[in-house]
Amino acid sequence: MLRLTALHPVSYRRKHMALTSNDIDRIANLARLELSLEESERMLSQLNGFFGIVEKMQAVDTSGIQPLAHPVAAIQDVVLRLRQDQAWEPNQREANMKNAPAQSEGLFLVPKVIE
Amino acid sequence: MSNTELHQLGVAELAAQLKSKEISAVEAAQHFLARAKQHQHLGAFVAIHEDTTLAQARAADALIAQGKGGRLAGVPIAHKDIFVTKDFPTTAASKMLKGYQSPFDATVVTKLAASGAVTLGKLNCDEFAMGGANENSAIAPVGFDAAQPVRNPWNTERVPGGSSGGSAAAVAARLAPAVTGTDTGGSIRQPASFCGITGIKPTYGRASRYGMIAFASSLDQAGPMGRSAEDCALLLSEMCGPDLDRDSTSLDVPAEDFTAQLNDSIEGLRIGVPAEFFGDGLSADVRAAVDASLKEYEKLGAKLVPITLPRTELSVPVYYILAPAEASSNLSRFDGVKFGHRAQKYADLNDMYKKTRAEGFGDEVKRRIMIGAYVLSEGYYDAYYLQAQRIRRMIADDFQTAFKDCDVIAGPAAPTTAWAIGGKSDPVSNYLADIFTLPASLAGLPGLSLPAGFGDAGMPVGLQLIGNYFSEGKLLNAAHRFQQATDFHLQRPAGI
Repeated sequence: MLRLTALHPVSYRRKHMALTSNDIDRIANLARLELSLEESERMLSQLNGFFGIVEKMQAVDTSGIQPLAHPVAAIQDVVLRLRQDQAWEPNQREANMKNAPAQSEGLFLVPKVIE
Repeated sequence: MSNTELHQLGVAELAAQLKSKEISAVEAAQHFLARAKQHQHLGAFVAIHEDTTLAQARAADALIAQGKGGRLAGVPIAHKDIFVTKDFPTTAASKMLKGYQSPFDATVVTKLAASGAVTLGKLNCDEFAMGGANENSAIAPVGFDAAQPVRNPWNTERVPGGSSGGSAAAVAARLAPAVTGTDTGGSIRQPASFCGITGIKPTYGRASRYGMIAFASSLDQAGPMGRSAEDCALLLSEMCGPDLDRDSTSLDVPAEDFTAQLNDSIEGLRIGVPAEFFGDGLSADVRAAVDASLKEYEKLGAKLVPITLPRTELSVPVYYILAPAEASSNLSRFDGVKFGHRAQKYADLNDMYKKTRAEGFGDEVKRRIMIGAYVLSEGYYDAYYLQAQRIRRMIADDFQTAFKDCDVIAGPAAPTTAWAIGGKSDPVSNYLADIFTLPASLAGLPGLSLPAGFGDAGMPVGLQLIGNYFSEGKLLNAAHRFQQATDFHLQRPAGI
């Protein structure tokens, strides 16, 4: 999937703005976190303080450097393995369900998903 | 040997006495369980089940009687509450997992059990391993009704460090001869430094992360903490090894006996000393202790070599972009659906998620999830997350350049000794205190902290040693030789 975000003029502008309470609301929604008004205000000032530290990082010239996801890939090729497509776990439904907040007849109970 | 001194033995001596049946595993377990009760006020344990421990001890005694049993048969240990265990609850020190009973054991737990070790209980930590002082635990320690900060045995008004604060306090107070911890940005090394004990984070990928509740998947590593390098080497040998089918980041590198090189000579060992680790931010008392320990290394025949790790300061923003990003992804599984906390009142599914997570997570966890969600969101991913991953490679490359001129790198584990409980109110300024441990985490290099002396008010100071990939044996050797020539690691807090 082609990533155009780095070239998008809006994202370039956004880089240089401090966070607003709209940003906090948007991120909290993405993260599925309900924040009280007081928590949101505190989060806003703490995150803005944090992004002050991060500014130094923005200025570094990293052109031509590949991102490093698996640390040992710095010195050797790291390939994500696939294991054999063989089931080897025993059926332990009861054990796996014993922490369920709500269950019935071997099914996890959840609020209605589809209207 | 009288039982009252059992807790002064190192792992090797304890294992030997158990094997020769001078003491039984049941006696050893009872001894340490009694000690945990006696020192409950430290808040080190979040779960103790005496019956379970004694059953394990009886099983160990039965194996020993048959002349069987692994290298650690009957040795009591305890696990940081980040490792899932079938026989003890696992909470990650979070309300989100209060009462959670795992249906499986972490690989590290299984491997240590296979070596014969007996589990005393689960150790307190910062919630989801996020913190540097163990003030972020949301679970009441054994003996308390409400969550408490863990206390440093050297001064109970001070923090033990974090996130493996319970682990470090337990070893320092001799509540267990050795324990497991985890290190993502320094969470083994820094509390080891603050509590005057030894701890090692192996090369990323050496120890399986299966069953280790994930914080930041490209950084998390399990490791042992004990009084000495020898204790750590014994546990690390059992903990490491490929787990290819269960942990996709586990390296296909054979298990190693890390005790084999312990007594090697360190004559001519080149110790790189990074200028950036000795700047203005370093507290004078820590500098003095670290400088003295480096002189001791010179007496042992090592050579000090000035080196540079120019991007040391950048490791703070890089880590605090990458780790929260990975955490925001890892912690999205806590949604109240299949396990863990679920809110009682909610309007619909979305509301259930939001309230469940608001109720289940503490402030630091929420903060890091928010940072992570932000830096991964559309329009910011390249500027923050990818930029951080690129600088991460540059930091790893800086180490490779440095290792051309030295065998190990040495410096402080933390800029100060342990601070007062409640003393640091600004969470973001706390992040800056991780500056010496973060670089090795980002590069995935093995790092160790050993007791190197004391600073102001008699608080312990740790010396950090960082090695190249897969050089844990060399690090433990260097630490062991220092511990043969000094006795900082044998000092005990008052009343222990």
